[in-house]
Amino acid sequence: MSIPADLKYTPSHEWVRIEADGTLTVGITHHAQDLLGDMVFIENPAAGRTLAKGEECAVVESVKAASDVYAPVAGEVIAANGDVEASPESVNKDAYAAWMFKLKPANPADVAVLLDAAAYQKLVESEAH
Amino acid sequence: MTNQAVLKQTPLNATHREIGAKMVDFGGWDMPVNYGSQIEEHHTVRGGCGLFDVSHMLPLDIRGANVRPFLRRLVANNVDKLQVSGKALYSCMLNEAGGVIDDLIIYFMDESWFRLVVNAGTAEKDLAWMEKMNADWSMGLTLTPRRDLAMIAIQGPDATRVLNEALPGVDQITASLKPFNAVAMGEMFIARTGYTGEDGFEVMVPAKSAPFFWKALMQAGGKPIGLGARDTLRLEAGMNLYGQDMDETTSPLESGLAWTVDLKAAHDFVGRAALEKSEVTKQLAGLLLLDKGVLRSHQKVHTRNGDGEITSGTFSPTLQQSIALARIPLGIAPGEEVEVEIRDKKLKARVVKYPFVRNGKVLI
Repeated sequence: MSIPADLKYTPSHEWVRIEADGTLTVGITHHAQDLLGDMVFIENPAAGRTLAKGEECAVVESVKAASDVYAPVAGEVIAANGDVEASPESVNKDAYAAWMFKLKPANPADVAVLLDAAAYQKLVESEAH
Repeated sequence: MTNQAVLKQTPLNATHREIGAKMVDFGGWDMPVNYGSQIEEHHTVRGGCGLFDVSHMLPLDIRGANVRPFLRRLVANNVDKLQVSGKALYSCMLNEAGGVIDDLIIYFMDESWFRLVVNAGTAEKDLAWMEKMNADWSMGLTLTPRRDLAMIAIQGPDATRVLNEALPGVDQITASLKPFNAVAMGEMFIARTGYTGEDGFEVMVPAKSAPFFWKALMQAGGKPIGLGARDTLRLEAGMNLYGQDMDETTSPLESGLAWTVDLKAAHDFVGRAALEKSEVTKQLAGLLLLDKGVLRSHQKVHTRNGDGEITSGTFSPTLQQSIALARIPLGIAPGEEVEVEIRDKKLKARVVKYPFVRNGKVLI
């Protein structure tokens, strides 16, 4: 339930939706927001910024802690969600509705390295022990 | 193998798990960080009544003929301020260099019995230090750590009602007990103290009765509050946290604790000579972040008198803005603007007089 089957994931707890046009929509997972707790500040990358795979590109801060968000693949930021910056708590309410930014992958084949829901589920379980 | 096996547990551990707490390793203790939303828990304490398991802190009984002379030398505040049974005193215990070994509360019960409450993370170090002083000064005192007691804090404007309802018959005591006073009845100890900036109580009970007492308090309307909200509440209330705002390397005079150091006392105490020789160049100041972001400990602060550092920072749920305590150069006054380095940015913050919030009201 908290790991939708139609999304892809990263080991650093981002979710990625591969859109019909090949662009990627990125947010942080339900598990990530659960670990961080109440969100109070979000900073997205600016549209137009070019990201390397794994680059720190956004910040989510809860009352407890700050956490970096990483680029799931290399690409260019084509949109950032100002609504989540204005209402960080929307990530706690529904992590998969509260997308953070959209990315145009430099190489469409790169998405093959992303985890599927089952693999991410396994990762979350292994981290819990 | 989880590391849970090696973490210390309070008598309420199973109770926390039963009611859905998120448990974390808090300095070697398996403690609830929150039960749901940390921000909601924070507001509950400001507007209603919250319950905190603070059993990781250590009550310590000191008994013998020389307790008062011992404490005069041991701590930086003056125990001679304690003349009425049950009265509490907040103090630092210093090393010879004037650094803070711990901050603690001292309750005067009678001339042969004082009760101290020390921090969890420093409890063993404190006890070793006190035993050494007890021996070095030939005081002949008995120091008894009271791990057989649990401590529950009941905090918020509704705390008195909740405690009265959970403990029928206690209402005469709660009606007459003044802030920073305590009363002992057998193994039960009720203090009108706390770490939230709200009215409330810290109640010690035998460990085995703690789960029952906790549930009775919940039945009466008290809501469980985790250590996450405990930190935002104490920071809004402008209360120091040991290990962050001061430690063995910092002077209480540069930690916002000068009011707890009695340099006018007629007697000597450990660390006094060092403090009297020391030059105070820094102060602990409150900061309010004017830009968007969250202040955190160790962030650098730039002022017109030189650099400083944030010692505690968080997002204030009451102010809906980020606040901090920072050790900055002297001469920077409330109202001035400073810059805080957050990641690759310099953000504007205003120096403010703290506490930020007391008894539900914003003071800045």
